[in-house]
Amino acid sequence: MNPFEVTSEVLSPNRYLRYVTHAEVGAVTLFSGIVREWTNGMRTLFLEYEAYVPMAEKILAEIGADIQRKWPGTRIAIAHRIGRLQISETAVIIAVSSPHRQIAYKANEFAIEQIKKHVPIWKKEIWEDGEKWVGEQSNKPL
Amino acid sequence: MIQLYYFAQIKELTQKKEETILWSEGTVAELIKWADETYPGFTDYSWQVAVNEEYVLETEEINPGDIVAFIPPVSGG
Repeated sequence: MNPFEVTSEVLSPNRYLRYVTHAEVGAVTLFSGIVREWTNGMRTLFLEYEAYVPMAEKILAEIGADIQRKWPGTRIAIAHRIGRLQISETAVIIAVSSPHRQIAYKANEFAIEQIKKHVPIWKKEIWEDGEKWVGEQSNKPL
Repeated sequence: MIQLYYFAQIKELTQKKEETILWSEGTVAELIKWADETYPGFTDYSWQVAVNEEYVLETEEINPGDIVAFIPPVSGG
């Protein structure tokens, strides 16, 4: 399997758990990013994700390589879903394995922070009365 | 020719997700100038530019055959 993928298929954690598990592993952290209905009093109906897929997969793989340099002995798989996602569906899965748990926790958090900063994936929130690309910053004067 | 990709709010401005344009030589800054003339309001948005899937500065040369993407602020996760 491709351990760093962007896909429109439903994400299920088991295959990523299996991918990172091997004989030297004592801990796997499995992070799921979930579509949330309520954000600061605003009700989201659903989300639309889009990606620059080849570059996104490349940067996900770079994040994985970076983690292995920082914390040797880890194995990483990351999958991000695109397309329309309903409330409580899984948008991203990060699996990190390590001989011991501390590094598995730390490296997993590092991965999601890097994803949010660098990977070309965009989320549009759709509400009852409007929609907006998250991260949208127009410099246009009001 | 170069291949251009637009995403998210930029895609909504240009009303297309990709196009091919004639290009002999020039920098990223020159391409941005072209984009702003072709799509009024283009430079009102924030974006980074990636050439062949690598983030680059505006001084970077673009050569025929390159793939250029305008990357608005990302919001994955």
